[in-house]
Amino acid sequence: MKKSHILGIVIIAVAIAIIISTAGDASSYVTFNEAYSMAEKGNDNLIHVVGTLKKDEQGEVIGINPSENKLSFSFIMVDNDLKEQEVFYKEPMPADFFRSEQVVVIGSYHEDLFLADQILLKCPSKYEETEVKI
Amino acid sequence: MIHLFIGNLGHLFVILSFVTSLMATYAYFKASNASIEELPSRIRFARILFYLHAFSVLGIIVSLFSIISNHYYEYHYAWNHSSNTLPIHYMISSFWEGQEGSFLLWIFWHSVLGFFMIRTGKQWEASTLTVFMLVQAFLTSMILGVVIPIINIKLGSSPFILLRDAMDAPIFKTNPDFVPEDGTGLNPLLQNYWMVIHPPTLFLGFAATLVPFAFCIAGLWKKQFREWVKPALPWALFATMVLGAGIVMGAYWAYETLNFGGYWSWDPVENAVYIPWVILVASYHVMLISKNETGLKTSIILVISTFILILYSTFLTRSGILGDASVHSFTDLGLSGQLLLYLFAFLVLSIVLVIYRWKSLPSDEGEISAYSREFWIFLGVTALCLMGFQVLYTTSFPVFNAVVELFGGISNLAPPTDAPVYYSKIQLWFSVAVALISGSAQFFWWRGMNKSKLLNEFFYPVVLTMVLSSVIILTAKMTSLPYILLLTSGIYIIMTNLRIMISLFKTGFNLTGGALAHVGIGFMLIGILFSSGYSKVISLNNTGLLIFRDVPDIENRENLLLWINENQTMEGYSLMYRGQYRELKDVPEYVRSRWLRATEDPNKMVADEDIILEGKTYFQKGDTVEVYAENTFYEVEYKRENGRTFTLFPRVQVNPSMGTVFSPDIRKTLTEDLYTYASAVTDPQDEAEWSETEEIEIGLGERFFLNDYVAVLEKVTPVKEVEGYFLKDEDIAVQADIRVMGEVEEYVLNPSIVIRGEYGGRIPVVLEELGVKLTFQGIKPETEKFTFAVNTTQKDYIVLKAIQKPMINLLWFGTILMTIGLGVAMNKRFKEFRRFGKKIN
Repeated sequence: MKKSHILGIVIIAVAIAIIISTAGDASSYVTFNEAYSMAEKGNDNLIHVVGTLKKDEQGEVIGINPSENKLSFSFIMVDNDLKEQEVFYKEPMPADFFRSEQVVVIGSYHEDLFLADQILLKCPSKYEETEVKI
Repeated sequence: MIHLFIGNLGHLFVILSFVTSLMATYAYFKASNASIEELPSRIRFARILFYLHAFSVLGIIVSLFSIISNHYYEYHYAWNHSSNTLPIHYMISSFWEGQEGSFLLWIFWHSVLGFFMIRTGKQWEASTLTVFMLVQAFLTSMILGVVIPIINIKLGSSPFILLRDAMDAPIFKTNPDFVPEDGTGLNPLLQNYWMVIHPPTLFLGFAATLVPFAFCIAGLWKKQFREWVKPALPWALFATMVLGAGIVMGAYWAYETLNFGGYWSWDPVENAVYIPWVILVASYHVMLISKNETGLKTSIILVISTFILILYSTFLTRSGILGDASVHSFTDLGLSGQLLLYLFAFLVLSIVLVIYRWKSLPSDEGEISAYSREFWIFLGVTALCLMGFQVLYTTSFPVFNAVVELFGGISNLAPPTDAPVYYSKIQLWFSVAVALISGSAQFFWWRGMNKSKLLNEFFYPVVLTMVLSSVIILTAKMTSLPYILLLTSGIYIIMTNLRIMISLFKTGFNLTGGALAHVGIGFMLIGILFSSGYSKVISLNNTGLLIFRDVPDIENRENLLLWINENQTMEGYSLMYRGQYRELKDVPEYVRSRWLRATEDPNKMVADEDIILEGKTYFQKGDTVEVYAENTFYEVEYKRENGRTFTLFPRVQVNPSMGTVFSPDIRKTLTEDLYTYASAVTDPQDEAEWSETEEIEIGLGERFFLNDYVAVLEKVTPVKEVEGYFLKDEDIAVQADIRVMGEVEEYVLNPSIVIRGEYGGRIPVVLEELGVKLTFQGIKPETEKFTFAVNTTQKDYIVLKAIQKPMINLLWFGTILMTIGLGVAMNKRFKEFRRFGKKIN
């Protein structure tokens, strides 16, 4: 066998190893109910949940609860199945949080609480001007 | 009035550039097949078309720039990317802020490179420029903005589109000739000098990868299977140098401007340029050994891969497929189909050509010896390719999801939750491998190695590496095995390459390029290791206060709350937040917000005090000053334990296109950066919530409390002038002087009251820093007391995060060395090619 063949086999083996190792690290987009049942089964991987902030009839965001020392906060998020869930975040409220159109939380359940590790916001008007001011 | 001419001219140039690129492709194609007699005239004709094309490209650029610099806001591009107050150097960046402009920049660099190819290409001119002009045809089609009649498909998005055609605003129905007074401006985040030079550098790097690709395709096509490598090599080095520098410039900009805590976050857009760069590096290493059969075949595959990956990265960032997976992808202009076509056209063309020629590629039998340079280069190239593969695979998740959905399946693959950890843990091991391999490979390259020389050559570098690493591991108290290995291999690559450099200096400086670039890589690895691996949050919240009593483990430990003028401590420092500042035009330092009053125009404020900095009076009380409306700075004083102090001004930018952006301010020293930003502030856009009014009665000289601060009513005097009021002769105006003792300084508040007949007008004062609003209510002659209304709100505060980044300068230093090294190597290869060319002629 030529050395280059051995090298080729090694390359393929390592590439497969990378894919397999990624499978363990890759996350997925799920709903709160799915996330909850995952946590119950003892799967504590971090997952992505997509949703919006809870709003009242006037469209005002409700359910935001900052901590006393302003260093962290909790909020109520509604996922795509319309399930409401209180989410805790251990950083200050991100800028433009209220204005977000969509929220992605990355985290996991700890008993009945969802702890967010990261929050990604999708804000309207990002990059695109939509109105002509007169 | 609408300036239609300039836009029509620009659009004409766009169409002309597209048409000429197609014609030149055909003309060069014909020339490449021409007989010796026909060749000169064919080439001449093709060149004329190329020059016409280059002239049209220049015409597009001049037209677009004159639209931007003349503020013709009837054009969408000027309106969307520029504004009246934008300084000229940022107008250049607004030129390439939009997707169309950045395509244009790319097209421009291709044209420039085309000139060099014509000058130096010789027998390669016709075939390589065929490839070049075909690429230009695809690129110019992206900005074409023409609807193909019968099938009704829009081709490209023109930068010369009028605002009224781009926007569906009601005003244009009543007045089609409406021209906005001002543009919406350049994204303030991009108003940074790095954004003037980073995009052109990056796109020059992108453009330069076309040259080796063109040579490779030309070589396969014209059956010059080995010959294409020599002229392509210096260009591959050039592309690596420029693209590498461009990537690091972008990283440096992100480090200074964004707040993700570092210079690299494995964002898909960053990954999209990292992958082709790594493969590009691999590709010219194998080009060096293309005399070998496997080397040649690998070169062909890698050179083509690099170019295809550049197209793929263009597709990822510009098609909108990354969605919100990334912070800086462009808006979707509806070009996805065209971008895919571009990608697949060249992918299929290359694959077909390679398969067609594969059997005719020269082959040689024989085994590679472990002592040969080829062996070591292959090892290194393999490691590089696998590094690229990991990033490519994971960054493509959104594409997998899209493809699965296209076929009706469901795929919800999300990127790894902690991207830096996920990528670093694999990239780190491969970096160790690359460093060890390339450190060793240099000896095999230059010294014609065999078993007996092995010990002799490696002795000193290895011993020095061991000694130095041990010293550093012990002083830095390193315990993590992967980090120790990365450090050791980083030092190893520096030591071995220095050894080579020293011996090569005797023969000539221009041979040392490769070794120098490797030394640079070594420094970069060590810089990355320390600044990222040992980056440490020092703004720890040690109050022990639980934030949510019922959830003990989500205590926020990495941020500190700083009330204004109150001392706070963190590791090695005592801190104090000292208030808000604004940036004024033509004033070299920031100015206290308290000294300025807002006006209706957010770009203008009125000075409430004389603005004197270092003895020079810039403005007097009452002057109107121009401010950069988006930015507010928060002064934080740092005092070290040894008594030394310094001040940082982290920034908060209220950005119309990005929302609110918190930018860091960095204290840079030789061995360490202190990176700090405000992670939360009192929202500059929010109105303060005032407490209920409390009325107080005080006499002259009496002390009282204002929001917990001691205050004293010093005097009450009649005045002739009250700001903002037109006083009549019979009016009585009275002003109170109230001194408030803050923690650090004293403030004098002057609420006033104007009595006109039976009515009283009250002018309250607001001291935002201390959260106080004071209104002069009236005078009670019977008790000789004065009444004031007091409202209070929260004092000003910021939440601060501070991170130490040790040895980050090694990364920047290493980058500079690598760039110089690649430049030297490139220069040597260009000279070789020129000498080679002379020999032939």
